[in-house]
Amino acid sequence: MGEMSRAVHEPPTFLRRYVFSTDHKVIGIQYLITAMFMAIAGGGLVALMRMQLAWPGTKWAWLGRIFPDGMESGVMKPEFYLSLMTMHGTIMVFFVVSLGLLGGFGNFLIPLQIGARDMAFPVLNMLSYWTIVPACLVMLGSFWVEGGAAAAGWTAYPPLSAVRTALPGSQWGQTLWILGMALFIASFTMGGLNYVTTIFDQRTKGMSMMRMPLTIWTMFIASAIGLLAFPPLLAAAVLLLFDRHGGTSFFLPSGLYFGNQLLPNSGGTPLLWQHLFWFLGHPEVYVLILPALGITLDLLPVFTRKPLFGYRLTVYCLYAIAALSMIVWGHHMYVSGMSPYVGEFFAIGTLAITVPSTIIGVNMIASLWGGTLRFPTPMLFVIGAIVFFGTGGFGGIFLGNATSDIQLHDTYFVVGHFHLMIGGVTLMAMFAGVYYWFPKMFGRMMSERLGKVHFWLTFPAFYAIFLAMHYQGLAGMPRRYYAFDKYEYLQWLQGSHLHVSLAAFLLFGAQFLFLYNFFRSVFRGRKAADNPWNAATLEWSSPTPAPHGNWGEHLPEVHRWPYDYSVPGATGDCTPQTTPASVAPVTF
Amino acid sequence: MEASTARRVGSSLAIVIWLLALGVVALGLRRWMPPLASEHGAGIDAMIRFSMSAVGSLILIGHCVLGYFLWRFSRQDKISFRLAGHHLERRWSLVAALLMAAIAEGGVLTLGLPVWAKVYDTEAPSNALPIEVTTEQFAWNVRYAGPDGVFGRTSPKLITLDNPLGVDAQDPAGKDDVIDLNVIRAEVNRAVKIRLRSKDVLHSFFLPNLRVKQDSVPGMTIEFWFVPNKTGTFELACAELCGLGHYEMRGLLVVLTTEEFQKWLQEKKNG
Ligand code: HEM
Ligand SMILES: [Cu+2]
Ligand SMILES: [Cu+2]
Repeated sequence: MGEMSRAVHEPPTFLRRYVFSTDHKVIGIQYLITAMFMAIAGGGLVALMRMQLAWPGTKWAWLGRIFPDGMESGVMKPEFYLSLMTMHGTIMVFFVVSLGLLGGFGNFLIPLQIGARDMAFPVLNMLSYWTIVPACLVMLGSFWVEGGAAAAGWTAYPPLSAVRTALPGSQWGQTLWILGMALFIASFTMGGLNYVTTIFDQRTKGMSMMRMPLTIWTMFIASAIGLLAFPPLLAAAVLLLFDRHGGTSFFLPSGLYFGNQLLPNSGGTPLLWQHLFWFLGHPEVYVLILPALGITLDLLPVFTRKPLFGYRLTVYCLYAIAALSMIVWGHHMYVSGMSPYVGEFFAIGTLAITVPSTIIGVNMIASLWGGTLRFPTPMLFVIGAIVFFGTGGFGGIFLGNATSDIQLHDTYFVVGHFHLMIGGVTLMAMFAGVYYWFPKMFGRMMSERLGKVHFWLTFPAFYAIFLAMHYQGLAGMPRRYYAFDKYEYLQWLQGSHLHVSLAAFLLFGAQFLFLYNFFRSVFRGRKAADNPWNAATLEWSSPTPAPHGNWGEHLPEVHRWPYDYSVPGATGDCTPQTTPASVAPVTF
Repeated sequence: MEASTARRVGSSLAIVIWLLALGVVALGLRRWMPPLASEHGAGIDAMIRFSMSAVGSLILIGHCVLGYFLWRFSRQDKISFRLAGHHLERRWSLVAALLMAAIAEGGVLTLGLPVWAKVYDTEAPSNALPIEVTTEQFAWNVRYAGPDGVFGRTSPKLITLDNPLGVDAQDPAGKDDVIDLNVIRAEVNRAVKIRLRSKDVLHSFFLPNLRVKQDSVPGMTIEFWFVPNKTGTFELACAELCGLGHYEMRGLLVVLTTEEFQKWLQEKKNG
């Protein structure tokens, strides 16, 4: 088959083109829209939680009609709060951020930025998306089974998650949670294999690894650590399923006593689950944040009109972070009962991550130095991501340090910290990415005016909410509490719950501006030029929006790194990667 | 047109970012942590204070620099600096990275680990008061060893509603044990040695004022000790999700003077 026939043959039917498509761009957009839908769900859950925390025990008759079990007669039950919290965390981490960044941007960008016509395994790619759809449905549907959705936290620690009488959500909800996660992991594995293979194998002529944009580097590294870390979680989930339904005792020791009954289990330990979970869980946070950093770094040169600061060093740092991320999981377990000697090792290892992280942060800020800064909406969100990466990262210095973690573990300090990082940096980068690549996806621009309002509401509200939580945590406020009215030492914080909740409602509301802008612009947005941001990376050398097969008859050839802006002696301030060295000097 | 917009947005961003940094620092200067009431807690507080000052300064510097760049470089139409060599890059980044390493690892090694070692790697003083705490949904069972300093045998098989710990009545060592619920009494300035167990799920023994936190794990008996150095009543919170009553699994640590404590122990044994 010649290249040409591949380029021209577009699938003939609507179903094959937009629903069961094997085109990486369509699949990427499907993922992105699914993630947006799940974000509304995950955000809605947290809006309910914040209502309870701001006005504990208030009766909301209309909510009682929507959730006749969880909010019988309109007052939220503690077990319902825990279900909301668990599903919020699970949905946000796996079904919004993973889905949006890797599924959405990964699929859409990898072939376009490395000069391929599609992913290495297009059918596998389609299968990966259609495995995620039932996973989403299972997760959401679990709210309506006996006992409600899983409620043992997104970490699902046994025995709470293993013993079905321990908690209402540990009846069928937890089983569905395991099923949903298994489907998710299957889908992620298909996607991850595809990304890694495509990046290794499908790069166009001249696109050496060291000429790849950092988005691609981070997708590559994130997929690799995800592939290493997810299978142990899948294994653990299967063991948990056996403990729940098969009478095994992987995570259950002898002597467990529930509801006036001695359980027959013996020989297991709950700590095993924690090790297996965090062996995935910690790398997973890097799976989320690395692509967000990649997008942030990639957009900086476009809106400063100068090369990125420290490209090569950043790549080395990404490798270092990935390697370290696999051996620091124990920092989630300092007070779990694990040997304290191991704790010392994990503390030193964890804080070593500050070194490559700092270098990346410094490179971001230094990339602004001497540039001509312009602030269309994507750039605003890029700045937001940088700020959150800085402030959020500093929280890690307290938590990685085993000694201060004794006090801060399982308090709102942790909630504040991880939201700035895997919530804030990722959300900012995803917004930046959507505003930036929207023209590539749909051939139209999103509204700048709405975009700016969206930013100026989102950024300060997000910062305020999660900064406040750090201080609540310093005050010793435990997380995963349905109400804070039982403790005297927490009384003085009552007012702050209301403030945080109000900011959260504002934040939630502002996201509808984005959704409106997105769907309106698909049909009504201003028509986009081929290279609307005047950017050098490869995806903008294909027509906008990109056709099936991405390029016409010939694949592009790459002659330089992706950040050749303001090259001395070149015409214009942007020299695309396809420009030969004979036309403009190569500066990297 | 585009240039003037850039200037306006750049300045706004800069101002907001500077204000945020001021907010972080202003809030950070307030006192948040509950009043301290234990000996080793001073070390933990010193660790946290060190990180607060170091990180506070870095946040201030970082936000100032970022804000300044946004302000300054939104006002030019041509780039004023384009890096050619990569050595300069490396030098810059390395300086920052080394500073960070010094703060983060330096803090752990010099301030953190000594406290950690003191908490986990030193034997409790020989006069320490042994107390067993057994967690269950959603209560703290407290047991004192009595004058013989030995806890009587227990077995999960013996648990009944009247015997929540499953105490073996045959064991003579248990005769002088004292059992209580949700209230732990201790003596000021005398070490308390906790023996933590759980009957059902994970819980966590969190004394915010004493800077003590330790998960209780079914199947494990975890021992640790601390020295309360202020008299008074302190709240004991559960810090590991344990079910629908997690938020109200509240206990108390009552730290008494030596006389008060002995008197209470006597009364408990007689009554
Ligand atoms: C709309 C903005 C958001 C707000 C206001 C918010 C707020 C909260 C709150 C109040 C909790 C529960 C704390 C507790 O009861 O212990 C929570 C938990 C959590 N959130 Fe968010 N969140 C937001 C967005 C996100 C995003 C984008 C992520 C993506 C990673 C995320 C991930 C999590 C996780 C993993 C948990 C932990 C759940 C658990 O404890 O099992 N959240 N969030
Ligand atoms: Cu971690
Ligand atoms: Cu609890």
